[in-house]
Amino acid sequence: METKYISQSGIEQWFNAIVISGKRVFAPVNSRGQVDFKLVKKLSEVADEYIQTTQSIKASVYPKAEVLFSYEKVNGKVTLTDFDPESVPETVLWKVHPCDAAGFKPLSAIFNWDTADKLHNAHLVKTSVVSFSCAAADESCFCTSVNGSPGNTAGSDIQLTMLPDGGAIVEILTAKGETLVALMPNVFEADKGEKKEKYLVDLLARFNLEEVNAKLNKAFNSTVWKEQSERCLGCGACAFVCPTCACFDIQEDAHGSKGRRIRCWDACGFAMFTLHTSGHNPREHQSQRWRQRILHKFSYMPERLSVVGCTGCGRCSRACPVDMNILEHITSIAKQ
Amino acid sequence: MSSNTDFEPKIIAFVCNWCTYAGADLTGTSRLKYATNVKIVRFPCTGRIDFLLLLKSFAQGADGVIVSGCHPNDCHYTSGNFHARRRWIAFRSVLDLMGVDIRRIQYSWVSAAEGSKWADLVNNTVADIRALGPYAEYQKVADYLEKEGYNEEA
Amino acid sequence: MKKLRDRAAELLSQGVVSLVIGYEEGTKRPRPLFCRNSESAEKLIFDSRCFHNLAVYITKKELVGKERFAVTAPISTLRSIMQLYVENQLSEEKLLVLTVDLSGELREFTTFDEIAAYVAQFELKRGEREQGILSKIEAMDRAERWKFWMEEMSHCFKCYACRSACPLCYCSKCVVEVNRPQWINPWPAPLANMEWHINRAMHMVGRCTACGACGDACPVGIPIDLITRKMMEDMAPEFGYVPGQPAKQGNALSSWKLDDREQFIR
Repeated sequence: METKYISQSGIEQWFNAIVISGKRVFAPVNSRGQVDFKLVKKLSEVADEYIQTTQSIKASVYPKAEVLFSYEKVNGKVTLTDFDPESVPETVLWKVHPCDAAGFKPLSAIFNWDTADKLHNAHLVKTSVVSFSCAAADESCFCTSVNGSPGNTAGSDIQLTMLPDGGAIVEILTAKGETLVALMPNVFEADKGEKKEKYLVDLLARFNLEEVNAKLNKAFNSTVWKEQSERCLGCGACAFVCPTCACFDIQEDAHGSKGRRIRCWDACGFAMFTLHTSGHNPREHQSQRWRQRILHKFSYMPERLSVVGCTGCGRCSRACPVDMNILEHITSIAKQ
Repeated sequence: MSSNTDFEPKIIAFVCNWCTYAGADLTGTSRLKYATNVKIVRFPCTGRIDFLLLLKSFAQGADGVIVSGCHPNDCHYTSGNFHARRRWIAFRSVLDLMGVDIRRIQYSWVSAAEGSKWADLVNNTVADIRALGPYAEYQKVADYLEKEGYNEEA
Repeated sequence: MKKLRDRAAELLSQGVVSLVIGYEEGTKRPRPLFCRNSESAEKLIFDSRCFHNLAVYITKKELVGKERFAVTAPISTLRSIMQLYVENQLSEEKLLVLTVDLSGELREFTTFDEIAAYVAQFELKRGEREQGILSKIEAMDRAERWKFWMEEMSHCFKCYACRSACPLCYCSKCVVEVNRPQWINPWPAPLANMEWHINRAMHMVGRCTACGACGDACPVGIPIDLITRKMMEDMAPEFGYVPGQPAKQGNALSSWKLDDREQFIR
């Protein structure tokens, strides 16, 4: 791990070098009144003055819809075309927040839990993450309550901490990070001795994860689930904007003698998510589905995958049409 | 739009069995020659035609669509075409708002006795669509996959 | 507001209703509240910030139960309640409606006609936001409109927040949940999303009360409420209804007139 300094013009030059190298760069862009990740070619397209993007960057390693394989039958002969890992282009995710970068760990844990997911891993291998630490937060952020922080480097290949002079402290964390630096090494100057902590937002932890975990272990039959979920509409907004939610559906896109099998996002909040073909639905009430969401993230995942399924990015709360504020819900469970 | 004289429009026609399909039959038995670009899909009644079928036709490569049935008051099932007409009025408005090219959908009443009307309808529609050109804008996105990446410009 | 709280507490403690659905303060703005006892009625608020269409909860049988219940309803919720009556999803014995009128007076309605008489004073007009975006779209030519909506649709990720927030989307098995045939594409893609929204607009013909809940619910900011709003505006002269004033005249697509427009039909 190496720490360097980069000036404002250095950042721009380095950014251009990344783009010219042929890697695809996704960065937060202001459009339609929202900030979301888009393909960019110039640093000037990147948004500033925002707290959080609407969607996470999980789509970079877990696309909304991807073809698992396709097939075609011509004159009795079937051609099967499998997913080609080589088809994934080199991608750089620019100006990701630490909470998003931290999301790669739980996401990958799910996709490598019992089998190594070929597609997810192929995307991951080709993706480099340049994160920017956070100087600001809003009332929905709670990374420090879930083992995260505004300067957390987990999941990042490089992290920049912006300085008042427009330059930044650069932490080169992995081999992928070094590869990116090597695209324009001369703009990386010696560390000027700036302390990163000085430029991070001070975010107090709002609950204790161990306490919550202990409470959850006893809360399966509690009435809190019904109380909290009464206003929940059962849409998939929270699951889809979440950097760690990975539930998917597999669909057959069949057209006679050719077709493809597609994996796409799904959400445990949907009423029919657990509907069996027999007609039985083990989670037929919204309160059961809400309980599942919380327990999965804060109890089952820590227990079975040794990682909490939430990075405190706050997107679910911001996206929810009826203000299912997860921070509020968890804090209230901790107080039970 | 440049006129491509090699372009042969693909037209799908959704017709009702009792009037338009019979009418098209009459066109044939009357030995009337007309454009061959149309593939006919037979329904019991225009009232059965789901509006999404029209859009799915475009997605599957059609450049134009004809929807045709019995004249009002002549529906074999009494009021199926009245329901269809209401649906078409609403559908055209929604499509127009969304920017779908409604000139490419031709609605018509063709009765079982109107063999020559069917031929004219097809010929006129083919000519209209030929002038409009292929519906490339729609078919470009009809693979039902987001372009690789997030919301990338195609 | 105090009168509302007091009345709600009274209705609950006297057992007139088993539930009052209203609003409470939320993180950034009011959110739905379910009062099942008079103590919780203290949290009720009711002002111009109360946006959510609470009528969406009326058709959730397991939430409202079998006994009589009350809803505090701003004008958009009132319109949806009327539409639910018109569609036989509601009975007058089951629902008590509370609202606060423009002069701050608490009003109580128990019948469709009472609600209709009250709602008749409020014309459904485009607000600044609606007018701004719609006038921009109306000025576009067809190709520009296609480009505009395809760009918007490319952001949709099929979370169905729009459907979930709409009080009139109460089908126990929505068309997207039917897989034989899989009529609506399950995975998001620009054209698939376009088909879904066109489908939803068609299912709303003559029914939408332009409450804006769908557009507000959309987490990626697509102005989908404008699709159904414009559709309702355009279809009103065709099908003879007044947008925002549901009336017991039959569903627009299940009924017809001999003189429905024909000019576009060859």
